[in-house]
Amino acid sequence: MKRSSWEKYQKTIPDDNFYYARSCIRQNFFPGSEAAFLKILKDDLGVDVFDDAKHTSCTGIGYHSDIVPLETIMTVVARQFSLMNEAGYKNMVSSCITSFGLYTEILSMWHHFPELEEKTHDNLKKATGRDFVKPECVVHSSDLIFHFRDRIAAKAKKKLVNSVTGRPLKVVEHIGCHYAKIFPTAGIGGSEFPYVLAGMVESWGGEVVDYPERRHCCGFGFRNYLVQANRGAPVANSRQKLESMAPYKPDFIVANCPGCTMFLDKWQYAIQQMEGVTYGADGHGIPVLSYEEMAGLVLGYDPWDLGMQMHQVSVEPLLMKLDIDYDESHKFLGNNGKYISRPTDCGL
Amino acid sequence: MMKNFGYTINTKRAIDLDKNDLSIAEEVMREVPSWSLCIGCGSCTATCTAGAFTDYNFRKTHLLARRGDIATLRKELDKCMLCGKCVLQCPRGVNTRGVIAALCRLLPQ
Repeated sequence: MKRSSWEKYQKTIPDDNFYYARSCIRQNFFPGSEAAFLKILKDDLGVDVFDDAKHTSCTGIGYHSDIVPLETIMTVVARQFSLMNEAGYKNMVSSCITSFGLYTEILSMWHHFPELEEKTHDNLKKATGRDFVKPECVVHSSDLIFHFRDRIAAKAKKKLVNSVTGRPLKVVEHIGCHYAKIFPTAGIGGSEFPYVLAGMVESWGGEVVDYPERRHCCGFGFRNYLVQANRGAPVANSRQKLESMAPYKPDFIVANCPGCTMFLDKWQYAIQQMEGVTYGADGHGIPVLSYEEMAGLVLGYDPWDLGMQMHQVSVEPLLMKLDIDYDESHKFLGNNGKYISRPTDCGL
Repeated sequence: MMKNFGYTINTKRAIDLDKNDLSIAEEVMREVPSWSLCIGCGSCTATCTAGAFTDYNFRKTHLLARRGDIATLRKELDKCMLCGKCVLQCPRGVNTRGVIAALCRLLPQ
């Protein structure tokens, strides 16, 4: 890929005034990531971002599983916009790639079919007594970290560099399909050359791995993994990617989608348990980070505050490469200091 | 004993022409040139006597052989009785029986 290929695909990202829409699943799998995002934006960068307890799931999982009809999801999304108006914000920042894809898709549908937007106004009024104004801008939270990547680099306590060899860490970046494969103009770098994560990695001293299956889907989808018996196909997708990246010996994977991050992490455990195959060095897995966790480590956050003890693949080898001090005895203590119990050690 | 999660990992269906062995298909094509006329209509399979009693499918045999996906092909061919009814049925005049006979000879036992 030519380094300049992404440059013609750009989008406007505001500097301030964001209403934050959380993901419905991320807090289970990567519980510190959303808190880290808010802390980085508010405390480190001084950005006005509002975390609202009133908003709900966008119902994207139900929509993509053919359970939630289009009219219903449009009304749910309209309610989120209404809450944003109520809180006095103009821009929406979504934690989830699927929510981001849905907001973009619905705004596009309303643009091309104004009668759908009119009907949604009616539906929302009937259901909740509310009305809404569309946001001026919808961005994904990885867009914002990308947007502020140089400011983060200026405050960096660690670089993505192997502390022993002094060489840049080799990073596999994986972009969620709903980021730019639905609407290429909605993402930085479009669908073919997404630069949103690669930009962060390069700004913070790492080296991006360009491997054959770089743009392959992780297999998450929705309806195709909900039924347990069907999970052979999703896991085969992740395996395709892992087999393709393994020869390049990446130090870690970073992803910007809740499902991809979870899949690439947890399937390494499933594949190891089912087939005895691992993809990292010395029989271990390849650590999988969210971009907030990567930014948090760069900014010197404690890995256990970032929730990295909840990963399936152990992150300690990566922390050692980065020369990050961590207290092993605090790994499984929650914020209140209580023991949160530990998972079965699977050797990854 | 590996763990059972209630599903297995699907094998790849992608055709990797760098890895698949096309040499047998190329040899059969030289011996039975009419094979190149096949349009995959499935008439051979619809009228196959062996297919009425087993899951034998010449159309599938054709597809696997042309793709070089030969791992399971030998087992498939054993179901054919070589009756030749498919040859009479073929709208393109492919010597299907000749193709099967050549594959039987060329594929490792």
